[in-house]
Formats: sequence, structure tokens, C-alpha cells
Amino acid sequence: MEPGHSFGTVTEKISAIVLTRPVSNGWFAGVGFFFMLTMMMLYAIGYLVLKGIGIWGSTIPIGWGFAIVNFVWWIGIGHAGTLISAILLLLRQSWRNSINRFAEAMTLFAVACAGVFPAIHVGRPWLAYWLFPYPNTMKVWPQFRSPLMWDVFAVSTYATVSAMFWFIGLIPDLGTLRDRATHPIPRLIYGALSMGWRGSARHWHRYETAYLLLAGLATPLVLSVHTVVSFDFAIGIVPGWHTTIFPPYFVAGAIYSGFAMVLMLAIPIRKIYHLEDFITDRHLQNSAKVMLATGLIVAYGYGIEAFMSWYSGDRYDSFTIWNRLHGPYAFEYYLLLACNIGIPQVLWIRKLRTNPVALFLISGVVLVGMWLERFIIVVVSLHRDFLTSSWGMYYPTRWDWMTYIGTIGMFLMLMFLFLRLLPMISIFEMRTLLPEAEVKE
Amino acid sequence: MKREPIYGIMAEFDSAQALVDAARHTHQAGYQKIDAYSPFPIEGLAEEIGFHHDEVPLVVLIGGIIGGCTGYFMQYWMAAVDYPLNIGGKPPHSWPAFIVITFEMTILFAAISAVFGMLALNGLPMPYHPVFNVPRFAMASKDRFFLIVFSSDPKYDPIQVRDFFQGLAPRSISEVPG
Repeated sequence: MEPGHSFGTVTEKISAIVLTRPVSNGWFAGVGFFFMLTMMMLYAIGYLVLKGIGIWGSTIPIGWGFAIVNFVWWIGIGHAGTLISAILLLLRQSWRNSINRFAEAMTLFAVACAGVFPAIHVGRPWLAYWLFPYPNTMKVWPQFRSPLMWDVFAVSTYATVSAMFWFIGLIPDLGTLRDRATHPIPRLIYGALSMGWRGSARHWHRYETAYLLLAGLATPLVLSVHTVVSFDFAIGIVPGWHTTIFPPYFVAGAIYSGFAMVLMLAIPIRKIYHLEDFITDRHLQNSAKVMLATGLIVAYGYGIEAFMSWYSGDRYDSFTIWNRLHGPYAFEYYLLLACNIGIPQVLWIRKLRTNPVALFLISGVVLVGMWLERFIIVVVSLHRDFLTSSWGMYYPTRWDWMTYIGTIGMFLMLMFLFLRLLPMISIFEMRTLLPEAEVKE
Repeated sequence: MKREPIYGIMAEFDSAQALVDAARHTHQAGYQKIDAYSPFPIEGLAEEIGFHHDEVPLVVLIGGIIGGCTGYFMQYWMAAVDYPLNIGGKPPHSWPAFIVITFEMTILFAAISAVFGMLALNGLPMPYHPVFNVPRFAMASKDRFFLIVFSSDPKYDPIQVRDFFQGLAPRSISEVPG
């Protein structure tokens, strides 16, 4: 945080965005536009329910098309929020205090977008609850040896824990908003949500314990979620999926794309809401460094995939890499290498790490690259498997694109609403960063 | 529960340091039933007002154990007892495949216990509380620090407590109506 702030100014500045700042036309335009995209997604889903998944481009041999690509992409983006809020808390990286709140919100919204896809791609979405073990008249239970069941538990646990972690973090700030609000209706709403928080020392003590324990629980959880997502692939025998490098490489890729999304959101937000005091160049720089590091892990993953396909001596595995480099989707593979490995290397240059415009653009490139990575893994592996007779091609339809772009709209619409309805920076954690918060025994 | 007409006497301080010092002096002066309010967590403050037993970790441990057992035995019972299916020749009780969900259920139950345990031990949600009757208490969520001696304290005497608080140089002293 920049110097010159006190408890009062931090409180005022962050709560004013929610309570007193006039709502601009730009905000309405943004919410309106992204609301329309959300409606487009609902339209596409409605049509899907009427017609069935034949409207999508997914067809044998590529039974997992955009739905799984987008699911993995969104879940991955969510991971940076938990990394920032939980892992950096345990590592005592106090700079995280200015970005954890909106990064956690980003996690929740990304998981919500991710959750759309598995629910609708099961074919009969109104029966998606069959995935859960509940006593039923059919007298059957789900198949727990399947990684798809593991996924159900991992993702639903992740969504629940992220939501609770986020809400617990909000309670003291909701108390602040309750006390600062002048209009009775916001005061009533924030008061009810803050659950009567009064900042008692006993409460704070239990609160801190619970928060720290939640961070400790969320840390292995977040690592497990993308590991389990990667099991969906790695447990299968399709060449290009059946590798042990998948779990760490998926987790690194998740954090990579997640930090890219954090930067793409933080850079415009801090500009529009004049939060450069709180989200400083140091935050941008640190996020860029995390991106650089995880990007290199991802590059290592690509390298190992290529090496193993040669070293294994397995002709199907070797063919997978040959096919990526020379097959019908070669253009996407080279684009992926450029986006994920080539272009982000410019982050070694300090000048670019501190230049918000450059960082914004590079983050966009990384998000495209990580989306392509999931596309390559899902589509390119499936379209050429063991038997030549079962080869095929994948062409997404307009419904695929409408659903995908619609989830981006829903994500950004929720983000817009969040910015104006809840404190986007944790007020009480910012107070603890001030020198006045230090207490000598 | 009998309602006291006066809930306690409250003193307001300007800094975290002043609050911690005042809490220590008040506790040392023999007041048992006291509480301190601050806009952010202050390390060591809870100990100064005589709070030593934090039960949250135990609640979380119990929740985690229950979650892990539930997760594993749910899968064991469903896959090996109630509905055994031959999947690729694996035994019905194929425990390695059950570990992932056991882990997830451990985390889920432990996290739920952490959140609801913390709220329950803190007595939240509590929409009404006497301290909110003091208008200046609205600053407790911004930049002011408060210390209260409850009227249920055995040593409580309104005049003595006021005099004692005067010696701590607070910004203001107020009576909290019950």
C-alpha cells in the first residue's frame, strides 16, 4: 500500500465505492451488455434442452468438445483466487490483502461458469442430480471408481469452500458497511449479512483461527481440484491423455491462466476506481512473476509430453505429438506454443512487468493460450485415436460459441455487480497493513 | 436471563496500542467480565482480556474426522455392500479409488465445521446487541477502539469503573444501556 493512509481513509475510500459513488453510465452499459450475453447463453442452453446435444459440434470420436474445454478453462481460472487468498496467506505474503477479495469473487464466478458445462453436457441436464449419491427408487448408486464422480465431489467441495471462505472474509467488512450506510435499506441488508458482527476481541480470535484453518484446508483442496480434473483425462487410455505429468501440469496451468485473469481484471479496475494506492505496481509485478514461473512449469509439461512420446517407444504416443505438429490442428498447436511459451517470455523485462497496458495484453494472450491448451488436449487427442477407421474432425457450431461467449458475459456481469455491491478490497485486512496497527507488548 | 438495566461502562480509545494497554490494566485491576472491540484483529488482545480457550481447532478436527469417515464408509457401503458392480474386474472394495472422495469429504466437513463452529461459538448471527445502543460504537468498525466492563462483573460499580477508566485517558466514556 502507498503511504499516507490511516484507518479512516482506507475505510472511507473502499466503502465509498459501494455506498456513495454515483453509478456511472459506463457501469450500466457494461452490466447491460454482459447481461445480454448471459441471456444469449441461456437461449443457447434453452435450445439445447429442447433439441439435445446434437446441436453441438461434439460427435464421435470427439465426444468431449467445447463443454469440457470450457469447463477446464474456467475451473483453472478460479484457482488463482484461492491461491491468492489461501496459499499466500499461509506464506505470510501480506501484499495479497489488497487483491484477495476480488480474486476470490473471481474464483466463485469462474466456478459458477465452469459448473454450467458439466451440468448441460450430460445430455439430459434435468437429470444432472443423478451424479450425486442420494437414495432413489431405482436402488442404484453412483460409480465411485470413475474419475468423473471424483470430479463431482472435488468441484462441488471447491465451490462450497470457496463461497464460505469468501463470505467469512466479508463479514467484518459488511459490519463496516452497515455502520457507514446512511440509507436504511442498505443498512438493513448489510446488517443482516454481517450477522451482528461487533468486532469483539474474543470473536476476532476465533475468527482468525477459523480463517487460518480454512486457508490451510483450501490449500490442499485447490491443488486437488485441478488434479482431479486432470484425472478425468489421465485415467483414460487415449494417447495424449494417459500420462502422469497431468496433475502438476494442470495445476500450474490453472494458476497461470488464473493470474492472467486477475491481471486483466485488476488493471482496469484500479484505473477506473482510482485504487492505485492499494493495488500498486508491486502487485502487478508480483502477479507477472507468478505468471512467468507457472508458465515455465507449463512449458516443462509440454517438453515432458514430447520427450515421453519419444522415449516410451509407443507408436500411438509418438503419433500424438507428430499429429499435433503436422496434423489438421497444427495451426492451433503452434498458436498455443506462441501464446503460452513464446510471448510471455517478454515478462523477463522489468519495464514490461510494470507497464499495465503491456501486462493486460500479455494476460489476454495467456488466456487464449490456456484455452487452446485445453482444446488441444480434448479435441486433438480424441480426433486421432488407435483405429484409423474411427478418426474424425471437430467443428464447433454456433451454439457452442454462443454458450462459451455467454459464460464470459455472465462472469463479467457478476463481476460488475460485485464491484458496486460489496467491498472489492478487504477493508479490515488493509487496516492491519498500516503501521498504526502494530502493537507492542 | 435477567436483563440488567445497564449493560456496562464503555471507554473509547484512539489507537490499537492504547486499547491493548487499557485492556491489560483493566484485567490486572481485577475486572473479569470485560470485552474489547476493534476494527481489525489485534494480536494478543484476546489474551489480555482473559480469553485463553479457543475451541475452533477442536471443532474443525472433529468435523474433518467425521467427514473422512463418512466419505470412506459411504463409498464402501454403496460400492461393496449395497450395490456391488464388477467394473473392469476390480474388487468391490477397491479402496485406492475411494481415496479422492474421502479426501474431498474431509475437507468439506472440516471447512463447514470451521465456518459454522466459529459462528456458533461467537454467538452469531445476533441481530441485536446492547453495545450498538452507544452511538459512537459505529466507529468501532472504522478507526476507534472500545473497552467495556460488563455490569455482571462481580467487582462492577458504575462510579468506580468510571473513575478507573478516567485514569486510562480514554477519548470518551459512555454508559451502555441494557
